[in-house]
Parts: sequence; structure tokens; C-alpha cells
Amino acid sequence: MALEILYILSGIVSLITGIYSFRDDSLETRFGTGLFWVILSITFIFGRILPAKFVGILVLLMGVLTATKQVKIGSFKEVSEEFKIKKSKAIGNKLFIPVLSIAIFAFVIGQFTSLGGLVGMGIGAIVATISGLIITKASANEAIEEGNRLLQQVGPFSILPQLLAALGALFNAAGVGEVIASGISKAIPTGNIVFGVIAYCVGMALFTMIMGNAFAAFAVITAGIGIPFVYNQGANPAIAGALALTAGYCGTLLTPMAANFNIVPAAILEIKDKNKVIKTQAPIALILLAIHIVLMLVWAF
Amino acid sequence: MIKLLGIVIIVIGFILKLDTIAVVLTAGVVTGLVGGLSFGEILNILGEAFVTNRYMTVFFVTLPIIGLLERYGLKQRAAELIGNLKVATAGKILSIYMVIRTIAAALSLRIGGHVEFIRPLIYPMAEGAARNKYGDIPEEAVEDIKGMSAAVENYGNFYGQNVFIAAGGVLLIVGTLNELGVQVTEKEVANASIPIAIIAVLLAIIQFRIYDKKIDRLVAKNK
Repeated sequence: MALEILYILSGIVSLITGIYSFRDDSLETRFGTGLFWVILSITFIFGRILPAKFVGILVLLMGVLTATKQVKIGSFKEVSEEFKIKKSKAIGNKLFIPVLSIAIFAFVIGQFTSLGGLVGMGIGAIVATISGLIITKASANEAIEEGNRLLQQVGPFSILPQLLAALGALFNAAGVGEVIASGISKAIPTGNIVFGVIAYCVGMALFTMIMGNAFAAFAVITAGIGIPFVYNQGANPAIAGALALTAGYCGTLLTPMAANFNIVPAAILEIKDKNKVIKTQAPIALILLAIHIVLMLVWAF
Repeated sequence: MIKLLGIVIIVIGFILKLDTIAVVLTAGVVTGLVGGLSFGEILNILGEAFVTNRYMTVFFVTLPIIGLLERYGLKQRAAELIGNLKVATAGKILSIYMVIRTIAAALSLRIGGHVEFIRPLIYPMAEGAARNKYGDIPEEAVEDIKGMSAAVENYGNFYGQNVFIAAGGVLLIVGTLNELGVQVTEKEVANASIPIAIIAVLLAIIQFRIYDKKIDRLVAKNK
């Protein structure tokens, strides 16, 4: 129930961005962009009562909007750097109180109550919003504007984890995991934990390198390799899952496909060799990957 | 084998940098169809999973306040605090940033970023420390410092973030495993992410020490 309230609040944030987008005359694709955020808000606010099939259609519609380049970042008021510096000096370290309260509520409620960290984060967010408005003496309207700015900057990518989980569900229903598993079990004997863990961690890293995205790799590799060769062999799922994702991040450190982490920064820092960042990260990435394998073997079993 | 078509679509779509959301959805629908599901069943699974996994996106509720604090100089304040550090070598500055960045990621604080922090603050501080120590430094050393400055942001960001109980990665792990029939909680996953965060900090500090020594050698060779 508490979570459902959080979903509604999240939906309202998305709805506000939808309304801002519709009214943004400078944005050529304002209808498409507005529609995207409004559809998303509908799935959040009414998700529990809408028929699943209808939500499925809405999700596909969002995909059509992004595929046809209808969802773009609009314009919003940006305050000057001078204003930010002036305010940061005037308010000082109190600026950290609201952000820390989000983290603290999420942690304390997540660790010590049965409500869960998400509800904790939601309560923390409400506390943070109230305390933040008091500390900055800003108007609620400014917070709404800023919510719009940040959501537009994060963009449609924000729903990617949700879509990847849905992809995992479809893979599962279609039996993709079984196909990969039966292919791999020709090379690796099922039940051999060492080979299974190596295949899972290295598979995560390699697939992340190919796709440049560890989240997408996690959905695919966990269904195909993780479930039959690691989880079904009795691994602690929290440990194996946590390590599998960060094993994927070792792949992120190694690939030019993750351009925003490895190639763009080389340009930002005006490094001559555009692969310098990857070269610097390679030894750490490989050592960490080996540590992941050992840790998963020792700690998850 | 035909069931793997969805994976092929994902790999090709990502490599060609096609629209990510459309690629994922296409892969899902195609996988469902070749896996023998009807279009109606696919819509059902898609909608149900999307709604069940809404919790992955509830960080939306934090956006207004975080945006507001950024408007009122949150990042500038953090930059000033870090800028006040007086440290002797490039490697030590980067090591301190690694610790701060990892803790910030674990608390889900949006402090960091190549554009916001590394270029304007951390890299100049690291290079400044080296110039203070050696006077002139050879170009190869400058390139090394730049490479490390870019890398530290990724190390801290990647391996620290899952310690936060509501991090995107944690929710993805919980959601994906639950969809595949394996039960696990966010708290367990966040706690299981702590050792790697610590190990990453230690490895980064070792690497930066090695680079400090390398810069020593490069300067000595150039004199």
C-alpha cells in the first residue's frame, strides 16, 4: 500500500514533465514528448487497476514514440553559475541535510523495518523535500520546475531497467534460458560450480563489452547461464546476483561501446589517445573480474 | 536456436546504436513470437512485468528535491569542500576522491561526473599537485594523470552504487531474479555489494600509488 502511494507520486512527477512538454512551444516534438511522459504516468498511477494487456499496449506505444524520435529534451529555466555559487556560500553545508536524509531513511527503514528500503527512500524524499524547501527558502514551484528539468535530462532511459525486467519475463516465458543452457552444457558439465561461476562472471563481462550495457547483459546472461549453472546449484542468490552485475561493470571498464564512460571522458579531458581511459582501467578491470569469480565461489556457496 | 533471435536483435541493435527502448521491446516481442506465444500473451506478460517492476523507477520522487538543491549550489558546495584539500601527489588526490566518490555513490548522492567534477576540479587538482612537486612534468605524465582522473570516476561510481538499497542496479537484480523465479530482497543484495566496493577502493589506491612512482621515474628520466 505504501509502495502504491510512492508509485502514484512518481507518476505525478512524470505527469508534470508531460504537461511541461506539451506546453513547451520551443520543442518541435512537444506532442510526442508530452505523450510519452503522460503514458508513463498512467502506467504508474493506474498500473494496479488497468488490465495488463492494456499496459502492454501502452508500453509498446512508448517504444514507438522513442523509435520515431518523438521524445526529446525540452527547454527549461537554467539558473546562472553565479547564482549557484552565491547560494552555496550563503547556505553552506546545510545543503547536504536533505540529500543525506534520503539515504539515511532508505538505509534505516530498509535495514531495520519490514517496510523495505524503497518505502524508506520515499519517506526520506518527502522529508528531504520539506526540509530542502525550508533550508533554501525556495518556492514549491521551483522544486516542480527542477523535477521537470532532471527528469528530462535523465530522459526515457529511466524506464530501461523496467523494460529489461519485462524482457527477462518474456525470455523466461519463451524458454530462451533453456536453449542457452543446453548449448552451454555441451561445453560445461552442469553441476560443475567452478565452470558455472566462471561462465557467469566472464559471460557478464563479455556480453557487457559487446552491448556496452551491463543491465541488458544481466537480464540475458542470468536467464541463460546464471539460473542453470549458478542459482540452481545452490548459490546464495543475493551474493551471486550482486557479484554478477558488478562483474558486468568490469566489462564496462573495458569497452569503447560504453562511450559515455570511456570515450567521451577522454574527449572532455583532451586526452590524445582516445583509448587511454580503457587502457588505464584494463588492469583493474581484469583483476577485479578474477576477484569476482573467486568471491562468488567462496562466498555464495 | 530460433529462440535466440531476440538476443541477436539486442546485440545488433546496441552495436548499431539504434533506439535502445525500441530495440529491447522488439527483442521481447520477437522472442515471444518465435517462442510460441500469441501476441495477446506477449502484451499480457509485458504489461504485467512493467507494472510489477514499477519500483525500479520510484527514484522519480527524489528528482524535484535533488534538482532544487542543485539549483541552490549543492555541487558547488561539494566542489568547494573537495577543493580545500591540501594533498601532495596526484595519486593521493585521486585516492581521496575514490573514497569520497564511493561513499557518495553508496549514499546515492549525485556527486561526481566527468563533466561536473573531473574536468573542472579533480583533474586540475591532480595535475596541480604534480606540478607543485616537480615543477615541469613530461607530457606522458600529464596523459597518465588524465587517464587516471577519468578512471577514478568510473571505479567509484560503478562499484559503490549498489551499496545503496534503492540503487537502479540493486532493483534490477531483485526484479530480474524474481521474474526468473529466484526470491531475493533489496537489503540482501545491497549488503552483498559491500565487499566489492571496498576491494575496488583498495585496488584503485594501489594503482594510483603505482602511477605516482611511474611519474617519479618519468620526471627523473626527463631531467
